[in-house]
Amino acid sequence: MSAVMRSRTVAWPRRLVHVVLIALALVFLVLFLLLPLATVFVEAFRQGVAPYLEAIKQPEALSAIKLTLLVAVIAVPLNLVFGVAAAWAITRFEFPGKALLGAFIDLPFSVSPVVSGLVYVLLFGAQGWFGPWLDDHGIKIIFAVPGLVLATIFVTLPFVARELIPLMQAQGSEEEEAARVLGASGWQMFFRVTLPNIRWALLYGVLLCNARAMGEFGAVSVVSGHIRGLTTTMPLEVEMRYNEYEYVGAFAIASLLALLALLTLALKSLLEWRYGDEIAAHAPGGH
Amino acid sequence: MRRRVLPGFGISLGYALAYLGLIVLLPLAALAWKASGIGVEGLLRLLSSPRTLAALRLSVVGAVVAALVNAVIGLLVGWVLVRYRFPGRRLFDALVDLPFALPTAVAGIALTTLYAPNGWLGQWLEPLGIKVAYTPLGVFVAMVFVGFPFVVRTLQPVLASLERDVEEAAESLGAQRWQTFFRVILPMLAPALLTGFALALARAVGEYGSVIFIAGNIPMRSEIAPLLIVQKLEQFDYAGAAALGVAMLAISFALLVLVSLLQRWSHRWQERSL
Repeated sequence: MSAVMRSRTVAWPRRLVHVVLIALALVFLVLFLLLPLATVFVEAFRQGVAPYLEAIKQPEALSAIKLTLLVAVIAVPLNLVFGVAAAWAITRFEFPGKALLGAFIDLPFSVSPVVSGLVYVLLFGAQGWFGPWLDDHGIKIIFAVPGLVLATIFVTLPFVARELIPLMQAQGSEEEEAARVLGASGWQMFFRVTLPNIRWALLYGVLLCNARAMGEFGAVSVVSGHIRGLTTTMPLEVEMRYNEYEYVGAFAIASLLALLALLTLALKSLLEWRYGDEIAAHAPGGH
Repeated sequence: MRRRVLPGFGISLGYALAYLGLIVLLPLAALAWKASGIGVEGLLRLLSSPRTLAALRLSVVGAVVAALVNAVIGLLVGWVLVRYRFPGRRLFDALVDLPFALPTAVAGIALTTLYAPNGWLGQWLEPLGIKVAYTPLGVFVAMVFVGFPFVVRTLQPVLASLERDVEEAAESLGAQRWQTFFRVILPMLAPALLTGFALALARAVGEYGSVIFIAGNIPMRSEIAPLLIVQKLEQFDYAGAAALGVAMLAISFALLVLVSLLQRWSHRWQERSL
């Protein structure tokens, strides 16, 4: 009797605390995260469906979409190959300076996006190291597509490597060594043992890398020159329209980017839920 | 031994180093070289100008306060998502990553619209005398937004692996719930909390896209440091832009060193209290 009484008096204020904490957290998530997301779609459709579609079908919008896809299609695979190579070297071999290499891989995450663009202007811009030489040979990097690609590669460089390194470290190399001992060639070992072991973590890294590549703003803004139809990616087109008070147009493009973000989140959650163990030890941060 | 069995050491390390050198190190070297062009005196003159100081202060103070707020809210949200079961928990858990996935320019214009005097949230804050859009407060709100997921995501695995029996032991020894939280749970969470704080801080100091729309960019008041770099570039003042870039890198680096010192100290605190 007294035990029941006691457990009740303890349980009920504690349950109240739970409810209050849950409510506080949810109110914050709704006001702070869900409302901005909802704003994007409400503003995009403020004047109805027809102006929305009109805004997306404009030639500048279409060229911005194409450019965004082009930049991502170049930047993401390059960082994928780099991520696999770096993770292989770091997790399978011992060499001096390994910790330093890891720190350098993470470096782009602690550099302001504006500085990430700036460094390429200083390298390839008119007054940059290679500027005069490039000018003589008629090659344009800054205020052109190559600059956008380079700045995007810089900003998204760590994503794949950061997913793979902790996982491959945890997995160890016994299976790969066994494959080699049994006579597999290097590439056979890679495609039949390594790749199947890391595929979901690789996909996870690519997903995050792609989301950032398509959404990057600060770095590409510095190298773009904002030439309509030529060097404006979708986020830059959003900015230009917004600054010209074309709100429906700006939010229409923004809504496409928001859909991409939602798709990314959905796939990410699916991967975590379905293959959580195989993505495993992924270190948080920087996404 | 291992080196002989597994192939590809030379090619994978060589490729990684060459790629990293070309994409990251060479451009950063260009930054340092260009910044050195303005000399020590020029650098001091640039950094001591009131406008630069105001912008650097807003970026640094704003980011530190935003990261502190994120540490508190992140602890609350992480705790609730790990410890309690309620309908829609998975959905809310996925929502936490929204600031990572949403492009910064989109977040920027959405937050501005939301907090503008006629916006969904702004119209309720305006009568209270709270102006968010186009003020330093707006800069702070955007910085909290972009840094939010870091603390939650670093805390969650640690929260999930906390041994319940330690808490139960504390309680069976007569500790109040709040005593258990502050004396037992918080010390165990401190290192992860600091890691999340550091990541949120590093992100917010250099943040550009989500801030510039809501900031209003009023000189001396709501101008952030990265915006000054962009302005210098637009005036073709490459050396000035580079010097500011180096200053920002130095500040980020100093903050991260400070946090890692705090982390070492918190490890000691953790050992002492266990």
